[in-house]
Amino acid sequence: MANHHAHAVLPDEPEKATLEGKNKVLGFWLFLGGETVLFGSLFATFIALRDQANGGPTSQALFDMNLVAVATLLLLTSSMTSVMATLALHRKDLKKIQLWLTITVILGLGFLALEIYEFVHYVNEGLKMSTSAFSSAFYTLVGFHGAHVAFGICWITLLQLSATKKGLTVVTAPKFYLACLYWHFIDVVWVFIFTVVYLMGMIGGKVG
Amino acid sequence: MSAHASHAPNRSGLWDYLTTVDHKKIAILYLIAGGIFFLAGGLEALLIRLQLMYPEIELVGAKTFNELITMHGTTMIFLAVMPIIFALMNAIVPLQIGARDVAFPFVNALGFWLFFFGGVLLNTSWFLGGAPDAGWTSYTTLALNQYSGRGVDFYVLGLQIAGLGTLIGGINFLVTIINMRAPGMTFMRMPMFTWTSFITSGLILFAFPAITVGLVLLMFDRLFGGNFFNPDAGGNVVIWEHLFWIFGHPEVYILILPAFGVISEVVSTFSRKRLFGYSSMVFATALIGFLGFMVWAHHMFTTGLGAIANTLFGLATMLIAVPTGIKIFNWLLTMWGGQIRFPTANLFAVGFIPTFTIGGMTGVMLAVPPADYQYHDSYFVVAHFHYVIVGGLVFGLFSGLYYWWPKMFGKMLNETIGKWNFWTFFIGFHLTFFPQHFLGLMGMPRRVFTYLKDQNLDMGNFISTIGAFGMTIGTILFVINVVVAAKSSKRAPADPWDGRSLEWAIPSPPPEYNFVQTPLVRGLDALWVEKMAGNKGMTPAEPIGDIHMPSPSFLPFLMSLGLFVAGYGFIYHNYVVVVIGILATLSCMFTRSVKDDPGYHIHEDELEEKGVKA
Ligand code: HEM
Ligand SMILES: [Cu+2]
Repeated sequence: MANHHAHAVLPDEPEKATLEGKNKVLGFWLFLGGETVLFGSLFATFIALRDQANGGPTSQALFDMNLVAVATLLLLTSSMTSVMATLALHRKDLKKIQLWLTITVILGLGFLALEIYEFVHYVNEGLKMSTSAFSSAFYTLVGFHGAHVAFGICWITLLQLSATKKGLTVVTAPKFYLACLYWHFIDVVWVFIFTVVYLMGMIGGKVG
Repeated sequence: MSAHASHAPNRSGLWDYLTTVDHKKIAILYLIAGGIFFLAGGLEALLIRLQLMYPEIELVGAKTFNELITMHGTTMIFLAVMPIIFALMNAIVPLQIGARDVAFPFVNALGFWLFFFGGVLLNTSWFLGGAPDAGWTSYTTLALNQYSGRGVDFYVLGLQIAGLGTLIGGINFLVTIINMRAPGMTFMRMPMFTWTSFITSGLILFAFPAITVGLVLLMFDRLFGGNFFNPDAGGNVVIWEHLFWIFGHPEVYILILPAFGVISEVVSTFSRKRLFGYSSMVFATALIGFLGFMVWAHHMFTTGLGAIANTLFGLATMLIAVPTGIKIFNWLLTMWGGQIRFPTANLFAVGFIPTFTIGGMTGVMLAVPPADYQYHDSYFVVAHFHYVIVGGLVFGLFSGLYYWWPKMFGKMLNETIGKWNFWTFFIGFHLTFFPQHFLGLMGMPRRVFTYLKDQNLDMGNFISTIGAFGMTIGTILFVINVVVAAKSSKRAPADPWDGRSLEWAIPSPPPEYNFVQTPLVRGLDALWVEKMAGNKGMTPAEPIGDIHMPSPSFLPFLMSLGLFVAGYGFIYHNYVVVVIGILATLSCMFTRSVKDDPGYHIHEDELEEKGVKA
């Protein structure tokens, strides 16, 4: 099994061609299951505390939908480009994988920049970590997601660099596949954040 | 052939263990570390009992008492019994499914070192200004800065690091069991211990993220001025209780299910019968695992969730008694009409059954919400959970250790010492905890460092402390037994108990590749099937050939060390240290991801002869 490496012709679905690859894909899905519980707990905490502004700024007073809409657009587009990368992986086309992932990373960086701008802005408006239970819950949930985005950017970039040397093999293919899966996952989480934190935060007070 | 190194790396002694990725050696590491923490937790327990031996004495004082109960509970649950369970799982599960290895050997090593460094971090608090003192449940607001010292920071960071290790360990076992089973080893042919390890790993995967979040929030409150649990700023303390018990209740099933697995193996081997009701056992295990997630609020009846919620959670809790009862009857029916033998392993297994049943019954009593208002936070609860955790889990672990010691170490434990071990521990256990039911009913609260004279509490407490000495003697006898076994030159046979499952088909201790040839599994109790067919060993499923092995690595140790260092940085608000620690960990991850591990091969002619045969 483990013997045919780089020089052999790349099999179909190269990410699952070896037992190692299969293990990685399954392990990663399970890991995402754990991450779901993690974000679920953060969401539950946020929902419980979202109206506890403690005299500080409320979500209604702060949120700027235009900014969030642009950020959402960037991230959702990057989700699509990561799917394109996966499709290219199944066509075993390294050049296209690299291209789509580069776009994904750039979009991710744009998202991150907007988020940092947003946080700085809120702090200037008087919403600090220690302002209220709402502020703690907000920065923790959204910040956790942001940290995931930042980690994903580093991971994918690293992978791209090392793949320029190693090429597309049964060893690197699962890594590409998982990175795309991960990126997809944090996009899905963002859809929930957009709904629960921002949309519900704009309406305010009624739901939850 | 491609770029594989063809020679096994030559490593020995300490360096071997610091870099190993072999699941059997990792099992030994878990056992040693867990064993040491068990002794530490035991010492703490002894001090607690000495303080409570007579009314109104000042042996350790209130502050130290709080630290002792906190560290005792935390140590026992997270740093003693969990790792010993992981030791057995690592040693046995791959063998029982006929695998050469686990799915992620590197991650396996990383899991161990994270647990180890987390535990060490937590315990250094004793020497660095005081241990955590807010109880092992660390309820807020008590655990916030106003009321608790730096100790709780150690709790938060130590458990966070150790918990990460447990989580990745759980994922590793799930993938191993799903993907690495030998040909013919269908799910419904898996030994019960593997089944319970599987469900336990699933529970770990879904329970540990909840405590991860809880610990992060507590850390933010304590270190960065967060307000999650600060009612003055809109925070809500019940959130901590929910997060803690969403993890904490499944955690008690994470602990008990592997013990159920051990009991199933031991009872069936020593009755010379297949396990009665195997498929109902599997079903009951899965059902317990599922229900384990539905009942956490029975720890919160008195927080004012309301009558409806209390009723629902109470009923769901009592439901667990049904699959648990199925298991108990199946063990009894396995013994029924069997040719029973009673070596120490089986003594512990049989002692487990009534003891655990009592614990389960007090559990159902506690699950009646109005009655729980009476029992809650009294010594009755202490009696209940020790009946299940010590009388259940620890008995199960002793049983498993006596049963699998020869497989793990190639040496038999001495039966005479073993029997003394059992009886002192068993009698000591009941002396310690049985009176505590009555102490609780008579009004003794838990977590108080002393009590008044002449309130009818003197006698019960005194007996309880005497019992604790009995358990101590039992534990010391076990340590002596281990030393005696290590010194003896007699080697254990491959199959000392006339076993039924695959681990007994290979030499004791197994060679590093486990099976020379992957075995072909032809039924439940795979080895027994072959024995009944008159075969000397398993039928191989593949020709003899070179075996690919993963290379050892020092990175798991270094990665965990990085987080350990960063932990101190957080505790002492020194962010330079935090950055250094995290960077160390990240650069190890970086190294690991760019440098592929080609592993090495063990060549056909280097394989030991014995292989798949018994
Ligand atoms: C039929 C099975 C069981 C039932 C019905 C049950 C029920 C309960 C209830 C209602 C409580 C809360 C009491 C209170 O704080 O007022 C409790 C506490 C506890 N139970 Fe169980 N239980 C069962 C099995 C187990 C098992 C198998 C374990 C461990 C292996 C366990 C460990 C604990 C622990 C550690 C606590 C105390 C937690 C604390 O507050 O420190 N229980 N149980
Ligand atoms: Cu519970």
